[in-house]
Amino acid sequence: MQEKIVGKAAVRKEGLGKVCGRAQYIDDISLPEMLHGATVRSSIARGRILGIEFGPGIPWNEFVIVTATDIPGENEIALINHDWPCLAREFVNHPEEPILLLAHADRHLLPKAVAAVRVQYEEMPAIFTIEESERGETIVWGTDNVFKSFLLEKDDVDAAWATADVIVEGEYTTGAQEHLYIENNGAIAAYSREGQLTVWGSLQCPFYVHKSLVKLTGLSEEKVRIVQVETGGAFGGKEDYPSMIGAHAALLAMKSGRPVKIVYDRAEDMAATTKRHPSRIRHRTAVTRDGRLQAAEIEIALDGGAYSTLSPTVLSRSTIHAGGPYFWPNIRVKSKALATNCPPHGAFRGFGAPQSLFAVERHMDHIAEALGLPPEEVRRRNFLKPGLTTATGQEIREALDLEKLMERALAESDYYAKRKRFDRVNAGAGTKKKGIGLATFLHGSGFTGSGERYLNSLVAVDLTAEGRARVLVSSTEFGQGTNTILCQIAAESLGVDYDLVEMGPPDTSVVPNSGPTVASRTSMVVGKLVQSAAHGLKQTLLASGLLAEGYTSAEFVAAARTYVAQHGSLRAESRYQAPPGVHWDDRTYRGEAYAAYAWAVYVAEVTVDLTTCGVTIDDFVAMQEAGRVLNPVLATGQIEGGVAQGIGWALYEKVVWNRGRMANNQMTNYIIPTTQDIPPIRVFFAELPFGHGAYGAKGIGELPMDGPAPAILNAVSHATGKQFDAVPLLPEDMFLRMAVRQPEPAVVAL
Amino acid sequence: MARLLDVLRRDLQLTGTKEGCGEGECGACSVLLNGDLVNSCLIPVAQADGAEIETVEGLGCDDRLHAIQRAFLSCGGGQCGMCTPGMLVASAHLLRKNPRPDLEAIREGLNGNLCRCTGYMRILEAVERAVTIAGEERS
Ligand code: FES
Ligand code: FES
Repeated sequence: MQEKIVGKAAVRKEGLGKVCGRAQYIDDISLPEMLHGATVRSSIARGRILGIEFGPGIPWNEFVIVTATDIPGENEIALINHDWPCLAREFVNHPEEPILLLAHADRHLLPKAVAAVRVQYEEMPAIFTIEESERGETIVWGTDNVFKSFLLEKDDVDAAWATADVIVEGEYTTGAQEHLYIENNGAIAAYSREGQLTVWGSLQCPFYVHKSLVKLTGLSEEKVRIVQVETGGAFGGKEDYPSMIGAHAALLAMKSGRPVKIVYDRAEDMAATTKRHPSRIRHRTAVTRDGRLQAAEIEIALDGGAYSTLSPTVLSRSTIHAGGPYFWPNIRVKSKALATNCPPHGAFRGFGAPQSLFAVERHMDHIAEALGLPPEEVRRRNFLKPGLTTATGQEIREALDLEKLMERALAESDYYAKRKRFDRVNAGAGTKKKGIGLATFLHGSGFTGSGERYLNSLVAVDLTAEGRARVLVSSTEFGQGTNTILCQIAAESLGVDYDLVEMGPPDTSVVPNSGPTVASRTSMVVGKLVQSAAHGLKQTLLASGLLAEGYTSAEFVAAARTYVAQHGSLRAESRYQAPPGVHWDDRTYRGEAYAAYAWAVYVAEVTVDLTTCGVTIDDFVAMQEAGRVLNPVLATGQIEGGVAQGIGWALYEKVVWNRGRMANNQMTNYIIPTTQDIPPIRVFFAELPFGHGAYGAKGIGELPMDGPAPAILNAVSHATGKQFDAVPLLPEDMFLRMAVRQPEPAVVAL
Repeated sequence: MARLLDVLRRDLQLTGTKEGCGEGECGACSVLLNGDLVNSCLIPVAQADGAEIETVEGLGCDDRLHAIQRAFLSCGGGQCGMCTPGMLVASAHLLRKNPRPDLEAIREGLNGNLCRCTGYMRILEAVERAVTIAGEERS
């Protein structure tokens, strides 16, 4: 079928407001009588709160002050478990944990007031690393410091060791990563005399905040309304934290009866909000001499920080992605998310998969080296293909051809010729070494396992009095292109111009719950629902006799106007239904883990300066199969942006910890790539439409975060002949590892 | 003393200029002060006394868009939009100084403006496109 709007570079729906400087972000909004709020936070990692003193020199009677005792409902940010307090009451479990809230009309008074509040503590022993946590000498959460663990098992791993030709072992680590959205977290809350609470915020998931605030305030669901305003970047960092800052603004507004705005400055946002989970992953692989994978034992440990927040689901995605895009006849993945006394780690684009894929893709290069085979050859011999099953036993049913995808990527990057040439040139005496490396990987689209079924998403499309169509979803725009993509889908399905479709307000009192805007699910899952709701609306209009097949956009508008004038409104809904044949067992972790996967091959070319230990990326090829591309400009922008974040994670971005507190919480000291650090990123799509996604779409947003780090480190290892198994790899890290002889990964030839 | 950024955003309600870091690192607050590109979060307002200030609002709007704004729209130069006003001002400044910058000059001209969404590729392309649009308009 020839689509008219889908697949085209429709201009970003809210683009004009953004380029004119008219788009209203949370800090651009002021309400009459509004106060400003601020947060008093823990200065220690772990301890008991003994008392709170309000120091001299501050007109305390002018301040609104909120502590945990002011919380009308439950002192909890509702996520998966019930362990994350909104305000610490008796104990603090990490630095920067919120304890007390202040509000005042004069924003300049607030920093002084925060500094004048003195909290006395009795300090308790704290732990800061995965190793300290698993040692279990100090228990800081539950009975064993373990938030969650999984065991995924396919066939008989233990039997494989005895018959293996070669066994390869390795350990891989990744660091925390700060989202560094350019807009910090912020919220405004207002509480009316009638007991209606409204929170506006920079956020991804309006209904997450809604659920959390209903619990916290004890108000009924109708009395709590959450509105997303223009959001300046999120990347997962505004999935859970808005429930916290939104709760804080709400508590101050309820106590004062006046609107309250809280907007963090950069230092507070970096120190107090969530980051990507640090990880340590161990691989033990049995492989035949000709490079066929026989068995894997993989152990994953994630540092979850002080409260469990989203760690169980992050760990789940890590676990399922641990084996990469390969066929393992036998595989066992043991994983755990551990508690430490750092601020909770949370969602960040990729959601646990980048850590697992970094480990397995570095490990594949180790296996290749151990066997004396080229890295691409070992991959080629083990790719998943139609008829084979993943680690969870999911059969590949689509016409997947990873070998072809890889060959295209290698051809685009001139890989074979370059690898040969670099090997020759690097053997010389020069201090600049060249390398080229690849990563092949997959990313599951949508919620894991039965997740989408539990979400039970609902979307609607309705008509305005002017005869335009409106998409009603809780899926939000924060740069990825939700507005544009969903309007393109609705326009295509309705058979009208893109300009005739608009987005309803992201307001929980207006839109149905189409689920959270996470997990690369918006185009594929929500988009499909929009497609069918729009179809339903069109059918109703046709059936009404006001519209006849073969209509123009103008005729549609006329019919829509008449219909609304006659009937008051027209609204069509669509609710999620699992694609047939999707079965998942939460207990055994067997079955269809995801309705669809996106697949990719990334190739990085680097120069390593042995004198400065600096790495320059000279070229980057990003080749992917992510289903139908709905908007080439937006899709390319998603890939490029994700690759840049992956480059940052690999080579620039290091969170320096000091007793659980981020020490470098400034843009001056935490470096993200600039225009001059990013190589040409060359993006290619191979399109294999997915029947159950909107017009064949699969998830795309997180995929590009997975590949850059392993591709780059594989290239650096190729250039230098040394193995680098940890990110971030800053010049000082490379220098240390070059200076100190590192143990090579164990290879056991049997 | 108030920063130029606060006077623009709060007193004049020109909220197009954004704050990303408040310490001169991100360029979200970029404005032109007597034609020079500055970070308004670092400028005490007294320093702007009598000066000519240009912000994103001054570049153009709606049907009177600057070439760089049109290019950002068609190339996908903005995603979340938070760096966009600063990027646009910095790009317009670059194009005024150097109407035909090559790719290296564009990378250098925008290196004080951080973007976390785009990976910069579409932004670089947009500046190149703006050069073409401006050329077409002249001829
Ligand atoms: S806010 Fe001025 S440079 Fe970041
Ligand atoms: S578009 Fe989001 S920071 Fe640049």
